[in-house]
Amino acid sequence: MSLADFFSMGGYGFYVWGAYLVTAVAIVMEVVAVRARLKNARHFADSGQEAQ
Amino acid sequence: MNTSSINWFRFASPASFFPLARRLVPWFGIPAALLAVGGLYLGLVVAPTDAQQGDAYRIIFLHVPAAWMSMFIYVVMAFWSVITLMFNARLAAMMVQSLAPTGALFTFLALWTGSLWGRPAWGTYWAWDARMTSELILLFLYFGYLALRGAIVDSRRADRASAVLVLVGVINVPIIYFSVRWWNTLHQGASVSLTSAPKMAAVMLSAMLIVALAAWLYSIAISLARVQAIILERERGTGWAEALAGAVR
Repeated sequence: MSLADFFSMGGYGFYVWGAYLVTAVAIVMEVVAVRARLKNARHFADSGQEAQ
Repeated sequence: MNTSSINWFRFASPASFFPLARRLVPWFGIPAALLAVGGLYLGLVVAPTDAQQGDAYRIIFLHVPAAWMSMFIYVVMAFWSVITLMFNARLAAMMVQSLAPTGALFTFLALWTGSLWGRPAWGTYWAWDARMTSELILLFLYFGYLALRGAIVDSRRADRASAVLVLVGVINVPIIYFSVRWWNTLHQGASVSLTSAPKMAAVMLSAMLIVALAAWLYSIAISLARVQAIILERERGTGWAEALAGAVR
């Protein structure tokens, strides 16, 4: 199987990669958002101020 | 040390649960990442093309785990909601709060991947069939929970009100699960059953189960990470929260 075959997914590339790409982006976004939220919460809990 | 001497109820307090949650995140997060890579390699590279559906079937490796998690997370939220209402437990309500965004995300992904699979398999992105409609209602239940929480300023009142909403909505989960049996749906029947022989090739089934396990571990890791933020946000102003935030810096 060539790399081009792999990406074309037998003509179903749009559907298969559309599913995988959005899933990957969603998971990465969730991890980034939770990290940022935790960092923010730590910062404001530490300084005793209102969290943003 | 005798394990029975550990007082597990100690961890019902947010102050003592916080460091435990912090230590546990990598123990679930790292295996989740490794299993996701392994399972998807198996599913995208090793598993053969399906005789009927061609390569479009490979969406199953995301769709089924996402759909399982969307329902399972809701059931776990319902469990913690019962604990919230019975014992007025702060940490249980925080766990509900922590699980909800991840549950909503998996519900969205189940709908999204299902839609992209439906087009090549059935010729349509969407149909108002029982399985899809009840899954869409699940997404609205997650949104409803998040909106209700956000609308009530007093967090202890928000805990109780939203716990009731979660428990009312849990009736939708068996409806989703059994919809393919109760109604004549466009959606196919259950992919995996404990009572009948597998309908899928072994390599396809193992890839799907490995990704499902990864999704399960990921959900634990991300909710344990988010609950730390929720603990700090809600317990802000207490001395221990400030000390914790300083200590983990």
